[in-house]
Amino acid sequence: MAGVHAEHRAHIQERTLRTDRWWLQPAATVFVLVSFIIYATFRAFENKHYFVEKGELISPFYSPCLSDACVEGTQLFGTLGPSSLWGFAISPALLILIFPLGFRLTCYYYRKAYYRSFWQSPPACAVAEPHKKYTGETKQPLILQNGHRWFFYAGLVFNAILTYDAFLAFHGPDGGFGMSVGTLVLLANATLLWLYSLSCHTCRHTVGGRLRHFSKHPLRYKLWTRISILNHHHANFAWVSLFGVAFADLYIRLVSTGAITNYFFF
Amino acid sequence: MARPINLRIWRGNKNGGDFHTVTVDANEGEVVLDVIHRVQATQLPDLAVRWNCKAGKCGSCSMEINGKPRLACMTRMNTFAEGETITVTPLRAFPVIRDLVTDVSFNYKKAMEIPSYAPPANLKPGEARMEQIDVERSQEFRKCIECFLCQDTCHVIRDHEENKKSFAGPRFFIRIAELDMHPLDTLRNRKRTAQESHGLGMCNITKCCTEVCPEHIRITDNAIIPMKERVVDVKYDPVRWLGSKIRKREDIS
Ligand code: SF4
Ligand code: SF4
Ligand code: FES
Ligand code: FES
Repeated sequence: MAGVHAEHRAHIQERTLRTDRWWLQPAATVFVLVSFIIYATFRAFENKHYFVEKGELISPFYSPCLSDACVEGTQLFGTLGPSSLWGFAISPALLILIFPLGFRLTCYYYRKAYYRSFWQSPPACAVAEPHKKYTGETKQPLILQNGHRWFFYAGLVFNAILTYDAFLAFHGPDGGFGMSVGTLVLLANATLLWLYSLSCHTCRHTVGGRLRHFSKHPLRYKLWTRISILNHHHANFAWVSLFGVAFADLYIRLVSTGAITNYFFF
Repeated sequence: MARPINLRIWRGNKNGGDFHTVTVDANEGEVVLDVIHRVQATQLPDLAVRWNCKAGKCGSCSMEINGKPRLACMTRMNTFAEGETITVTPLRAFPVIRDLVTDVSFNYKKAMEIPSYAPPANLKPGEARMEQIDVERSQEFRKCIECFLCQDTCHVIRDHEENKKSFAGPRFFIRIAELDMHPLDTLRNRKRTAQESHGLGMCNITKCCTEVCPEHIRITDNAIIPMKERVVDVKYDPVRWLGSKIRKREDIS
């Protein structure tokens, strides 16, 4: 807090003079993210109830399912990954976890969200942060945030796979072509993930942001203007797509455990 | 219709100071600066306050109102609740001169550290031609009125005096972005120096600058993050780096 109390600045004791409820937003962020982390950790280790055979629904936490521990019918891409390590069984969810996790951890919006709420740097605008020293994203490990684009590319591959999963879910009760509530859930999940990826700042930069002369690249310029509109809502897409993934997983778990039945339209 | 309001004003200088609470009338349609002027006229004739245009365009009346960095001439009195005490202090990131007036010269030093616009050497006055879509992005940043509210709220320097030497601040990140996106600027190392000399990497994109900008410039989304991505292109992306070596250029048309 040396900052606002530095020599020659106005001598004011208070850490902040804000009178509004500035702590509400960081507190809500911590609550939501912690709830998600608890649920996702439980599900990643649970290692069952991630696939519903009737209707072919797979949880986004477990797709692509890459080890021979995966239940029958889920190994679309073979069994590349180990099912155990040093004698410990590992859940197929853990093999792929790093990609979506890394994508969200390095996302410019989530960075803002967790720097503010978890790291309190700053907790809110014009509220002094508790840290003595601050070097931002210039040193290890935070300098690695500059690798966001690699996770973005990986995220595109995941989006394609989850979209494929949604198309595989077009099944009727007898196994032929059809559609169920589960199909809609997976479709919605994939759509939200695409919106999240397409609105990403790296995406905006890649399609046109890096150019100096838009006039020489009319197509990329047009694309850039469209992506810029989505980009404006990136924070919203970040949250709804997070809820979307959790909801899709929960839906499949409930169907798989028999708690609810997956309604088939046809 | 006039109504009495309580104003808690910080008064003092770099050696110390304190809050003074006064009760003063506020009329329909007035802004905080009007009320401060009334205090000056009727109760505290030696109260120091800086202002010029009273129209939100000169950037002089920056101060902190109920703890938030704001323009006093653009903060309407009817946004406060009946009977609420309004606290007014000088900007808390800069040295105080007297009462509500701070020394913002830090910002002028930082401005001088940024190399100015560098048009092609053979371009004669009046000959510059560019397309509107190529300058549009830079134009957003020209709206800046240099109120330095963004600089004041930025925790990198507000909370860490020692970072002032190595950090230019959001107002100057938009300046760097403006020039790096400019179709006729020829200086090609702006990305690299943004990171290596002006402290772009210190920014953790927490967006307080954007929150307080009275011109609603989307500082973080449209200048800082695009600059961070451009820095990745030239410094942290091995694929792009290799490509630039092969094609022998750092920049892209
Ligand atoms: S986004 Fe960056 S420059 Fe803007 S206030 Fe936050 S840390 Fe400072
Ligand atoms: S960018 Fe906005 S907040 Fe910063 S100095 Fe300019 S007008 Fe003021
Ligand atoms: S995913 Fe959020 S900025 Fe890229
Ligand atoms: S007096 Fe000019 S901006 Fe307030």
